[in-house]
Amino acid sequence: MAALTDEQIIDELGLRRERSRSIYDHPNLIRAASVLCFLALWEVYGRRSDPLLLTYPTAVFWAAIQLIRTGELLRQAAVSLATLGVGFGVSLVLGVGLGLLMGRSRVAEALLDPHLNALYATPQVALTPLLMMWLGLGFAVKVVIIFLFAFFPILINTTSGVKNVSASLVEVGRAYLASERQILFKVVFPAALPFIMAGIRLAVGRALVGMVVAELFTAITGLGAMLTLYGNLFETAKMFVVIGVFGLLGVGLIRATQALESRMARWKETERAT
Amino acid sequence: MALNALEQQALTDLDLSRARPFQLADRLGAVRVVSVGLVILVWEIFGRDVNPLFLSYPSAIARATMQLLAAGEFQRQALGSLQVYAIGLSAALVLGIALGLLMGRYRLAEYILDPYVYALDATPRVALIPLLLLWFGLGPMSKIAIVFLSGLFPVLMNTFSGVRTVSASLVEVGRAYGAGERKIFTKIILPACLPFIMTGIRLAVGRALIGIITAEMFAAVTGLGALLIRYSSALATDKFFVPVIFLAVLGVILTRAVGLWEKRLAPWKETERAL
Amino acid sequence: MLEVRQLSKVFFEQNDPSKPGLVALYDVSFSVRKNEFVCLLGPSGCGKTTLIRVIAGLIQADRGEIRVDGKPVTAPGRDRCMVFQQFGLLPWRTVLGNVEFGLEIDGVPREQRREISRRYLELVELHGFENYYPHQISGGMQQRVGIARALSKEPDILLMDEPFGAVDAQTREQLQEELLKIWSKTDTTVIFVTHSIDESVYLSDRVIVMQSRPGRIKEEVRVELPRPRWEGDVKADPRFAQLRARIRESLRG
Repeated sequence: MAALTDEQIIDELGLRRERSRSIYDHPNLIRAASVLCFLALWEVYGRRSDPLLLTYPTAVFWAAIQLIRTGELLRQAAVSLATLGVGFGVSLVLGVGLGLLMGRSRVAEALLDPHLNALYATPQVALTPLLMMWLGLGFAVKVVIIFLFAFFPILINTTSGVKNVSASLVEVGRAYLASERQILFKVVFPAALPFIMAGIRLAVGRALVGMVVAELFTAITGLGAMLTLYGNLFETAKMFVVIGVFGLLGVGLIRATQALESRMARWKETERAT
Repeated sequence: MALNALEQQALTDLDLSRARPFQLADRLGAVRVVSVGLVILVWEIFGRDVNPLFLSYPSAIARATMQLLAAGEFQRQALGSLQVYAIGLSAALVLGIALGLLMGRYRLAEYILDPYVYALDATPRVALIPLLLLWFGLGPMSKIAIVFLSGLFPVLMNTFSGVRTVSASLVEVGRAYGAGERKIFTKIILPACLPFIMTGIRLAVGRALIGIITAEMFAAVTGLGALLIRYSSALATDKFFVPVIFLAVLGVILTRAVGLWEKRLAPWKETERAL
Repeated sequence: MLEVRQLSKVFFEQNDPSKPGLVALYDVSFSVRKNEFVCLLGPSGCGKTTLIRVIAGLIQADRGEIRVDGKPVTAPGRDRCMVFQQFGLLPWRTVLGNVEFGLEIDGVPREQRREISRRYLELVELHGFENYYPHQISGGMQQRVGIARALSKEPDILLMDEPFGAVDAQTREQLQEELLKIWSKTDTTVIFVTHSIDESVYLSDRVIVMQSRPGRIKEEVRVELPRPRWEGDVKADPRFAQLRARIRESLRG
């Protein structure tokens, strides 16, 4: 006699039934309704108030179209992303490099960490005026500011990740005659990678903040400069467009690193909640 | 562990009286002190040679500190900043915890609010500064708003994920013991997600500090941030470092204090790694 | 082929490197013939793990020396390979990747090391599991990967540090039998650390009984049970029981 499938057993016992419907079956509908209500209220209220202070959704939309048409938005976004890329790249290289060094060598750690701790404790924004005094208002100062914002999460996570690599794994490397270099790249680095990735995820958000701060204060090029410019011109709708772009950038960058993170952690037993 | 007689005997036999050969790794404290001392010394010597407009040096900064404190200007601005900071941060904590609990416990609230929460959380809050200045002017209100927004999200997100984590496992225990919704909230959810909330507060304390300095620097009228702008445009590098150092120390003290508080409130929680 | 001469090792306190904390090994001497299977047996703290780690070259002795084929050894070498208690698999590598690890370090070309690794995976009966990650397979299977990885380097001496200590009893017996089969097919010398009397008697030609504080050799017991031992029931042999009683007595006294 053939074994009954679960389906057949359920049918036989008459246990099939419709689950009662609930509004929670479609969370996205609730979300959409919430957003639509908000936009509608904003539109109605916004149209009635002082356009210098408060704008409304359709005005923001037309402002966006206009900024895209003239090419200004894309041009400035490209400038911003270029600085962001360079600044983040530098923090990635230095953060991972120094983190590996400090995690592996206690002497290097003792030498460097009082200074790095002091720099980390200082709110990085507070150094912006000094940096502008030293480096001017160009590309270099922005890169340095972004670097200062993004460097520490990567450094700290890499260092603690490397220190967390179990001594027994390093010993396996030694037992199999791996050189210091091979131990670093074939054992320590992959073992610390989940930590490093978590650091990178934090750093991406910080780098974006650094970029905005740098551009707000230098106020010459980039999306942040647009924000200052339109703030001074009281063009609220255009400010909202720029803020919206920052939001999209933030979401996009964080999503991208999360995707990268989970791809790299495929060997992990359980994925940590983010 | 003390050695027994046989082991002592073995040691004498082996004549291993020698200690470990000298290793730098055994003297890490000294390495630290030397490293710090060296940097300060080099800074002092080179700083004197460089154009003082560009780089100051430790003794000049110490002198500037005395000067500023004697004049009372520094204390006045610092107090102003701290008041704004305290008001904005308190509002952020109250609202952040409340909204986090609400969203974590009620799915309807979650679905209604989470589009905004995620969107605002991903947007760098500093980008809102020009807008807030436009809306609220250069007075304290715009700064309170930015402190509030900077501190809100870490608290909210952590509380939210805390309630989420707790709900799945522990609420059933409460149900099994016949606790009602209110009891479940106060006896189970709140205490269980306290560590999460505290982590959120620790993050918020730092973020809010960055928020207020940025806002003050941008508005450049009052507060420590304004001092930074004033001294840097006056090219008074030595004075410039006074608020910078004050802020660094303040940041460390506040974060440490919350950390200690965290340990006291939730001693049952394993210590978490920073960040 | 392996000679251990008057080996001593003292561990010093972590926070006070001038203060001795433990005499882990004191005046330990023994030798092992080619193709012999020797067990180091003793209670925890008797220095057996320290001893095998010194032989592996992972730590240095304070006094005495170790010679393999007459040549003194102080560092890990191609002639010896270690199987670890907690398996020591790299969790981010697949089963195949883990077996390849040793060969990769030696610079064996990719195609060749892949082929060698597959052969050894076959030997430990793990073909078909090449692309699994360690966390996806059982503890017993993980240790087979560890054994395949060590064997793939074709060492003269296989060092095993309580390799079956972290698996359940049933798997353990199975692994013991498989190890004996593999050993019989190769001409490897095995030094095997354990704290199980049964395991030591079942596996080895000779049991070196150790005692603690200071860690030293108590006595050597020759195990002259017929091989192959997986055929029939060696454990029911009266000689097995005698040896077991004798060693238990030795550990106690």
